[in-house]
Amino acid sequence: MFAYVVRRLLATIVVMAVVALVVFLLLYLTPGDPAAILAGDAATSDDIRRIREKLGLDQPFLVRFGGWIAQLIRGDLGTSIFTNLPVAHLIGQRVEPTLSLTLCTLLVSVLVAVPLGVVAAARAGTWIDRGVMAFSVLGFSLPVFVLAYILILIFSIELDWLPVQGYQPIREGLWEWARHLILPSTALGTVYIALIARITRASMLDALAQDYVRTAQAKGLTPSEVLVGHALKNAAVPIVTVIGIGIALLIGGAIVTETVFAIPGIGRLTVDSILRRDYPIIQGVVLIFSGAYVLINLAVDLSYMLLDPRIRY
Amino acid sequence: MNHRLQKLVVAALIAAAPALAVAQGKVLKFIPQADLRILDPIATTAYITRNHGYMVYDTLFSIDDKFQVKPQMVDKWEMSKDGLTYTFTLRPGLKFHDGQAVKSADCIASIDRWSKRDALGQKLAEATESWRAVNDTTFTLKLKKPFPLTLDALAKPSSNVPFIMPERIAKTDPFKNLEDPIGSGPFKMVKAEWVPGNKVVYIKNTDYVPRKEAPSWASGGKVVKVDRVEWIYIPDSATAAAALNAGEADIWEQVPPDLIPLLSKNKSVTVKNNDPLGSMGMIRFNFLHPPFNNEKMRQALLYAVNQQDYVIGIAGDPKNGKPCFSYFTCGTPLATEAAADPLKGKRDMEKAKQLVKESGYKGEKVVIIDATDQPIVHSQSLLTLEILKKMGVNAEIQAGDWGTLITRRAVKEPIDKGGWNIFHTWLVGPDMVNPAVNFPIRGTGEKAWFGWPTDAKMEELREAWFNAKDLAESKKAAEAVQRRAFEFVPIIPTGQFILPTAYRANISGLIIAPINLLWNVEKK
Amino acid sequence: MVASPTWRGFRDAFRRHPTAIAGGVILLVMIAIALLAPWLGTVDPQAVAPVRRLKQPSEEFWFGSDMMGRDVYSRVLYGARVSLSIGIAVAILSTLLGLAIGLITGYIRWVDAIVMRVMDGLMSIPPVLLAIALMALTRASMENVIAAITLAEVPRVTRLVRSLVLTLREEPYVVAAIAAGTRLPRILLRHILPNIVAPLLVQATYVCASAMITEAILSFIGAGTPPNIPSWGNIMAEARSLFQIAGYLILFPGVCLSLTVLAINLLGDGMRDALDPRLARRM
Repeated sequence: MFAYVVRRLLATIVVMAVVALVVFLLLYLTPGDPAAILAGDAATSDDIRRIREKLGLDQPFLVRFGGWIAQLIRGDLGTSIFTNLPVAHLIGQRVEPTLSLTLCTLLVSVLVAVPLGVVAAARAGTWIDRGVMAFSVLGFSLPVFVLAYILILIFSIELDWLPVQGYQPIREGLWEWARHLILPSTALGTVYIALIARITRASMLDALAQDYVRTAQAKGLTPSEVLVGHALKNAAVPIVTVIGIGIALLIGGAIVTETVFAIPGIGRLTVDSILRRDYPIIQGVVLIFSGAYVLINLAVDLSYMLLDPRIRY
Repeated sequence: MNHRLQKLVVAALIAAAPALAVAQGKVLKFIPQADLRILDPIATTAYITRNHGYMVYDTLFSIDDKFQVKPQMVDKWEMSKDGLTYTFTLRPGLKFHDGQAVKSADCIASIDRWSKRDALGQKLAEATESWRAVNDTTFTLKLKKPFPLTLDALAKPSSNVPFIMPERIAKTDPFKNLEDPIGSGPFKMVKAEWVPGNKVVYIKNTDYVPRKEAPSWASGGKVVKVDRVEWIYIPDSATAAAALNAGEADIWEQVPPDLIPLLSKNKSVTVKNNDPLGSMGMIRFNFLHPPFNNEKMRQALLYAVNQQDYVIGIAGDPKNGKPCFSYFTCGTPLATEAAADPLKGKRDMEKAKQLVKESGYKGEKVVIIDATDQPIVHSQSLLTLEILKKMGVNAEIQAGDWGTLITRRAVKEPIDKGGWNIFHTWLVGPDMVNPAVNFPIRGTGEKAWFGWPTDAKMEELREAWFNAKDLAESKKAAEAVQRRAFEFVPIIPTGQFILPTAYRANISGLIIAPINLLWNVEKK
Repeated sequence: MVASPTWRGFRDAFRRHPTAIAGGVILLVMIAIALLAPWLGTVDPQAVAPVRRLKQPSEEFWFGSDMMGRDVYSRVLYGARVSLSIGIAVAILSTLLGLAIGLITGYIRWVDAIVMRVMDGLMSIPPVLLAIALMALTRASMENVIAAITLAEVPRVTRLVRSLVLTLREEPYVVAAIAAGTRLPRILLRHILPNIVAPLLVQATYVCASAMITEAILSFIGAGTPPNIPSWGNIMAEARSLFQIAGYLILFPGVCLSLTVLAINLLGDGMRDALDPRLARRM
């Protein structure tokens, strides 16, 4: 197993290198000149040319790529073209809000979806099954921003129970932190309920059909004991997979939620930087995403082993 | 630190949080028009950076609401009889945020940096022989020839504003983006708390010595009446409206006109047109390639554009916009309707089609580049597309985001190599008030604004305006410029619109000005 | 012991699921609306008339008018074309690509190791970046949106095909065929492919639904289809700040989109239930 882990870690580095090259190339080829955006509306072509020189953007591809790699090896993620702040600092500012949103969203999704999936599996093939699965799809069938607006309309504007927007760091008050996250995590969480419920149901059915469940029933355990005790534990493997995928998606995919609720997360940092062509930030963020994604996949695969003794690498 | 102790500390911090909030004093929460990314108001003309500049910097002179130049950092000044020498003396007690006194050398270096980027500054620099510091608080300007607009230049209200910075910072290359926001203005930026894309924090500069006069636009006394200002950037306008209604913010700089009804319902919120000059929309052509390299083609559009439609498309409500048939901002001294008949008179689609024919239009494709993330640009694009189609022009829209548009408009190639024919944009009122700051009408060819019109006659007339000696001459010269503009058609103005400001009932003292200024604002 | 499932068995099992049939019917109705749009009382969906902007639903504007005075009813009906086209195009393209790649990786071990890591890398590049890059390289267009979303969905389909192939390879009849000396293309064609088709179809429906939602998200960010050409997603995205003032701008396209996505999901669920349970477990 140790050899397997080492092999996977090496593969991670390879993947990250490839991603780095692809992203750099993509940005190089993509029209959109940060110098022009920096200069402002009244600038002339001449102004833009001089700004571009100062930023070093007029140099050939290999020089720029080499420069970036050299920086990375020194542990320096670069500096934002617009704010002149270090990329690492900018990403660091966004970690807490993003993590908070991710964790709360997963909490909401799992708390709602897993019971739904279990119920659907227990009553597979009946109207309850159909109804539960259809209900779980509701959250997925509308774009997140529509859900978000509806929630804001009801809970912030009409009822005035919860704040409209913003993120409060934990150190400024646990209660405020939680209050500001309820609506965003609900809006984003409903998107994943369908996916998690479906997978839960599928793996529950799978586990229920297998021999050891019949053995447990034969041993005289009641149906609910069978359900919860045995089936669920073995059904945990695919569920962990989905959660892993969910985490990776959230790290990069909460863009809409962050925009609507004005949460300063990594998703918005990425989009804003892309629209502005702030290359160092884009490159830094994508590199970190890919590293995180690959490492999470590794962790998920390893946890398979812990949860299901039949799997060995 | 052991586990139990850690828990106690965390609990204490959580409990203390409200107390910390109180210790901050009066906090003003302001929703700005955009996200502040660039701190250097000389390196960029972006309005949000200019607004930031007004918070942390100060200027030698400022304009008041009667368009008069008033001294700000300057205590007294003199002009020699021949108009070739100016002597300025600074007010006592002016200090930068790092405690250093403001000296003549700082002012000279700042003006120098500004004049390398700003067009009016360049004109001043052309006429300048030298700047000299007599002593730490007095300095002189010697001109080669009389330049009547000297003080107007130093009082320029909008991008680029000649803000005064410390000499060491002002010596930075003007094409390099500064990062140190040390100035001598009424607010200090708390850079450590800056989260780009989310929050900018300013605190009151307690060392600032305001003038005694009442504030008027950017002139007069800049008295700060709150302790702390937070610029909270909310990218989604529906959320911003909800936040203002809920009291999570105090002021919203620019309200999209369609959302006004949401705020008007709320008794604690006031929506007001705080901006006397508004903004001007415009259609810009590419003068290098057919069909708009032909004057008749551009003139044709004058007869077809209905400013009323554009104004409604942008501003939604007639209260927030009106047609302005001038190349200079309506409501300012030089605005005139001379020669404006093609744009102002009854819409004449037949005449437009006739001019298209006369221009020899052969059905070439016309590409309008559009930015879908800029509603003002986008609505204008849709309207122009409609008009062109009605005129029988083979037009299409190619949409991208603002970043793509800015890049593409710098391309001088023909359409099939990634060029363009038309784009739309808008400028704030102060940027179109006279032939000096109005850069779209300039006809300097390669050196001109995107589109690159070459119009020697226009340049002659502009030069003549620079030499006007008084207001009457200035108006005549401006009229001549406008007549030429309606012949050559460097842009087509699409109307004047105002984006109102919204603020809560416990806020008072907002200065009525074409720029959002936050001194004098009180929060109860 | 269940023999290789037949198409007829699948079809018969599917017929027994009323909700799946309901889903299918709704989908067909939406497609019909999309195709028949010009004859259903619509006007030019792009004709602007600022004077008549933001009017509530009425005799003149059945679904109201938007911020540029365009008829929302027409835009929603023509929008069906774009949304459905994008959903179906992405589903087809990602299925074909995922099938090709999944077959190869499922069968050839060393290719598998490399390709799966590449898939990991691909999945970690945000689809938004891809979408904006594509849009900036040329211009906002349907093709770019389809390309960007397809690229994001391919890894998922690949994973499915790959795991199916890995399972099917161990089936007795396949092992027997290899032992008998059958060449690889024939094995793929006769034994593996027929058993993958049904699960792939199910996955394709989910991809179609997901793509239609992703298109709306991309339009929200500004990297979607050009907004003058309506799609359900971009009608909602363009009108998003007006939901309290002109809620109908979001209501009508929103209802159409959710109904369609719901229908597609029901269809997919029904098809999945009609599958051989061993294969259904993979879903």
